[in-house]
Amino acid sequence: MKKAKSSFINMFLTLLVVCALAGAALAAVYQATSAPIQQARDNKQEEAIKQVLPPFDELKTEKKALETISIQSLFHKEAAADSLTLYHAFANGEPVGTAVESFTNKGFGGTIKMMAGFLPDGSIYKTAVLSHAETPGLGSKMEDPSFYGQFEGKNPASFNLTVKKDGGDVQAITAATISSRAYCDALSTAYSTVKPQ
Amino acid sequence: MNQLQNFTKGFIKESPTFVLMLGMCPTLGVTTSAVNGLGMGLATTAVLVLSNIIISCIKSLIPDKVRIPAFIVIIASLVTVVQMCMEAYLPSLYASLGLFIPLIVVNCLILGRAEAFASKNGVWSSFVDGAGMGLGFTFGLTVLGMVRELLGNYAVFGHKLVQGDGILVFVLAPGAFLALGFIVAFINAIRKKA
Amino acid sequence: MEIFIIIIGAIFVNNIVFSQFLGICPFLGVSNKISTAVGMSGAVVFVITLATLVTFLIQEYILIPFGLEYLQTISFILVIASLVQMVEIILKKITPSLYQALGVFLPLITTNCAVLGVAIMVIQQNFTLGGGLIFAFATAIGYGLALILFAGLREQMELNDTPKAMKGTPIALITAGILALAFMGFSGLV
Repeated sequence: MKKAKSSFINMFLTLLVVCALAGAALAAVYQATSAPIQQARDNKQEEAIKQVLPPFDELKTEKKALETISIQSLFHKEAAADSLTLYHAFANGEPVGTAVESFTNKGFGGTIKMMAGFLPDGSIYKTAVLSHAETPGLGSKMEDPSFYGQFEGKNPASFNLTVKKDGGDVQAITAATISSRAYCDALSTAYSTVKPQ
Repeated sequence: MNQLQNFTKGFIKESPTFVLMLGMCPTLGVTTSAVNGLGMGLATTAVLVLSNIIISCIKSLIPDKVRIPAFIVIIASLVTVVQMCMEAYLPSLYASLGLFIPLIVVNCLILGRAEAFASKNGVWSSFVDGAGMGLGFTFGLTVLGMVRELLGNYAVFGHKLVQGDGILVFVLAPGAFLALGFIVAFINAIRKKA
Repeated sequence: MEIFIIIIGAIFVNNIVFSQFLGICPFLGVSNKISTAVGMSGAVVFVITLATLVTFLIQEYILIPFGLEYLQTISFILVIASLVQMVEIILKKITPSLYQALGVFLPLITTNCAVLGVAIMVIQQNFTLGGGLIFAFATAIGYGLALILFAGLREQMELNDTPKAMKGTPIALITAGILALAFMGFSGLV
């Protein structure tokens, strides 16, 4: 086959065709994958709720406004919402706990999202990280049981949710105090929405 | 050069990671563990093989002067396809590779092979070249990931061998440079002797 | 105060080369001499800031309103590639002296993943236009700093007697590793 010449019309047409084909192909793949992607995200959410709560058979969703709204900033768009989503879980009609989807902007790598499960008396059942951008190997250890395990069964009413360095009861991750503080911050925010009045 | 040599050159003789030093950013960035290295390598291989095939198919239709932009468009669409498939079917790997997936576009390895090989050779050789180079890249990333995981976390593919924290620095940024530096020096030493 | 945190964070704490691993190829490639490193740094600062401005506007006013976020990668890389070409042509016409200083580095920048990386990071980290530009500019300064520091070290190293197997890339990588260790000292600053 003869090599196409680099005339203006040739160049223009080639790029036009290549871009059009690429755009069409991407649109097709996007259509095909958008449902599974949404599915994967929902699954993760559901998994996390199941993980942090005792067994349940019914779930009620509630939006709860936060008392302290994250600070307005000139340089960042409102990074996270001013309300949290609460999932009240019931087994045989009895409340068994509440999962709170919480967040903090104080992480070393920005926003950390977590799911925290509380029993009806306000004590922590289990916690799980939804997403984070902490340093691999250091801050990312907040996904290790050795760190998040220490919160299980503790009641924030008596268990001070700050790291030991700041006078609290939380054993920080070695060399990742900022990430540990952020984790506590997100957990405190979550607790503030379920605290027994 | 026969096809077998064409395929195996990516592993040692022209290893993108240890000899040609191409695609360094993902090499250093994602190799905190062997699994991440493997995942990144395979994603890159998929893009490389497909881009080599497509480009060698249409090489004579593309005028020389707009060659590079056309290649970039093709590569960028393939990367986006891989990205979307990964998010749909391998969400946890997608989360751990993060920013480096879209950055496959600017991995010099892919544009380099397109320019140096696929735009001059037939479809079949280009496929073999892409597969060889891609798997060679995967091999390099996995080795580097294994070394860093072993030293930094005392683990292989996520299985702890010894309890404890490991030499943390190897999982962190400086360890990436140090580990790769020593591996390359080691390979150089062997090559010079052989 | 916040602006200060963004700047220090982008230059030192999250240095784009030493902790994010972006733009490593040119970092290893053109860091043999301080003079080339300075030229490259200038070009990178210029292009990153400009590219961030344009890609931000595209994301905000074209991709998001039309629900085309999945075209992000492809549109950003095309914009960056054409932007680099345009900058090259304009510089040539308007300020030949600046073109002489930066010209040879411009074509290399298209495949510098730092440019695309910063453009995507600005979107991912939810910056506003002002914040994004400051962040991009500071990140690019951090890149320049890393490049020039490294070039200075490599110039000295030329004169040293390194083991044969270590010559060239390996010793450069190890030097970069030690520099990265030094930069880790900044973590915790903000």
